[in-house]
Amino acid sequence: MRARHAVLAEGLRKTYGTHEAVVDLDLAVDPGETYGFVGPNGAGKSTTINMLCTLLRPSAGRAEVAGHDVTRDPDSVRRGIGLVFQESTLDGELTAEENLRFQADLFGMPRARARRALADLLDLVELTHRKDSPVRTFSGGMRRRLEIARGLLHMPRVLFLDEPTTGLDPQTRVAIWEHLHRLRAEQEITIFLTTHHLEEAENCGRLAIMDQGQLVVEGTPAELKGVVGADLVVLRTGDDERAAHAVRERFGLEARTGPDGVRLRTPDGAAFVPRLCAELAVPVHSVTVTPPSLDDVFLHYTGRTIREADGPRQPDFGPRR
Amino acid sequence: MAQHELHARTAAHPDPYVPAEPPAPPDADPGRDADTRPPPDADTDADRGLGRDLRTMRVLWHRETLRFGRNKLRIAMGMVTPLMFLLVLGTGLNSTMSEDSLRDFRAFLFPGVVLMSVQAPAIAVGASIVWDRRSGFLRQMLVAPVRRSAILVGTCLGGATSGVVYGVLVLLLGPVADVPYHPGLLLVLLQVGLVAFAFTALGVAAAVCIRRPETFQVAVSLCMMPLFFLSGAMFPADGLPGWLGTVVRVNPLTYAVDALRRTMPGDGAAVAGGPSGPRWGSWTPPVAVEIGLIAVLAVLALAVATRRFSRVEE
Ligand SMILES: Nc1ncnc2c1ncn2[C@@H]1O[C@H](COP(=O)(O)OP(=O)(O)OP(=O)(O)O)[C@@H](O)[C@H]1O
Ligand SMILES: [Mg+2]
Repeated sequence: MRARHAVLAEGLRKTYGTHEAVVDLDLAVDPGETYGFVGPNGAGKSTTINMLCTLLRPSAGRAEVAGHDVTRDPDSVRRGIGLVFQESTLDGELTAEENLRFQADLFGMPRARARRALADLLDLVELTHRKDSPVRTFSGGMRRRLEIARGLLHMPRVLFLDEPTTGLDPQTRVAIWEHLHRLRAEQEITIFLTTHHLEEAENCGRLAIMDQGQLVVEGTPAELKGVVGADLVVLRTGDDERAAHAVRERFGLEARTGPDGVRLRTPDGAAFVPRLCAELAVPVHSVTVTPPSLDDVFLHYTGRTIREADGPRQPDFGPRR
Repeated sequence: MAQHELHARTAAHPDPYVPAEPPAPPDADPGRDADTRPPPDADTDADRGLGRDLRTMRVLWHRETLRFGRNKLRIAMGMVTPLMFLLVLGTGLNSTMSEDSLRDFRAFLFPGVVLMSVQAPAIAVGASIVWDRRSGFLRQMLVAPVRRSAILVGTCLGGATSGVVYGVLVLLLGPVADVPYHPGLLLVLLQVGLVAFAFTALGVAAAVCIRRPETFQVAVSLCMMPLFFLSGAMFPADGLPGWLGTVVRVNPLTYAVDALRRTMPGDGAAVAGGPSGPRWGSWTPPVAVEIGLIAVLAVLALAVATRRFSRVEE
């Protein structure tokens, strides 16, 4: 049982009728890597995960996870993976603790170790005080936390997270990511996740952008953003209209005014700011320079912003903050 | 778009979610072996085969009993219909019957009432599978390294256990129907367990084949009533005319009712002045054969369910 890759896919494909959900996917994820899938709704992210987790039979191609073929030896694959589904998969009638214990027992964890892991994880997701309440009384975020705890319970070597932190508050998100990074460092656990949160994608060592069943591009977040290259500069000034006009006149840059001030995009915004301030006649109250976001990357590679692709959300041309 | 190098940025990171320490770069060493770390589940690596299946069954059984015990209201409601049959139907016929024949009729009805009470948990278990699929819980089980057949068997055992609980509750009412407390009731209870298991297996088979909870509900209510009425629970199964006799004879419930009736202490079996069970030609199948039929039915249902379940793709 020697494997160079934690996840390996070759020509993986899934067809529903005539609809191609995943098309000729090639993937290679190293052990200990954090690998992220970004893409709009219907891109095929969950379908890919389901195939890798042995829940869905690929229409063509092959895949290996944790060193085992997903179609020929699904049992060994299942032994080595943990999975947090996109949708909630808890038993609402059982309590938080019972849900976790069910999983521990199903995986045959020894009693003592299960008890310890269970207590630790309930602590991590801050549900210890609610461990005896039925899950149906939990809020959406609490359920999510419990599911993440369940995914980690049997200490999988490859952890699949399908939009893991949707609906979580920022503190919890940070806590969970800290834990994941720690796990990765200590145990060389491989994390494979999908996300719509571009901020979350920054946690990944490597990212793939998926669109319409295909991998559009793959690279580190920095690499991907480097290709796009333009920083977002937001100015707060005494007179936004005049300032925007001046930017267009003097620097020939596209500048828009909005509720948060004047927004413009330029490569190397940091170096641009001193020049800008020197040139502007209106008083400048504040300047923020934001490096390109993955949203910009997505736009660059697919011609749409991820938000457009996702449907009606707030129109924007960069990360707000 | 212009390529350029990334420089140090003046602004704070745009993202409030990224932890203070940026993630370490991915492991660059491609020669690294995925399995250098001792697998945390080393102690369960040998965990295949029977031991694992038994454990799976126990876990699933435990879950069903937890869910069952938690829902007191459902237990109470499951008892309503059987009690109605036993008390209301029996008493309502009062005017048309003498005191003696009414007692006899109650005694005759009693095995059917026991059977009816066993239906409720069986249906509930089937429904819970349909809901588990809807709620996603099922997928969580499917991705665990356990045999799917063990999942189903465990679930059916859970349903059978709940059935036995109902059975005990109804049997406690025995004296109302002239069925005395008698050690023979233990034998009855064993039969109830088997029948409950078969029922649950049928419910589970239906649940595995039907995706939508609404459809399941309709299908179950469409099946259960006719099955019950055409089973010899309400009237003797023997000597029925033409098609009715045929339907009753192919209805598996007929044999369950009859087996219970013949095992039950008291004299409900003799109400029509002799054996009232189904007959094949001139041969009356003994209780053992009737029980065997139920067992075969359970195994068949389970086999169908497992076959379908193993091919489930979510
Ligand atoms: N069971 C199914 N039958 C038919 N088509 C399906 C099925 N499951 C998924 N699809 C289709 O496959 C495509 C990919 O779906 P998938 O769930 O993988 O998207 P996704 O990238 O996970 O999207 P999201 O961000 O919304 O979760 C979609 O067009 C979807 O309609
Ligand atoms: Mg998805």
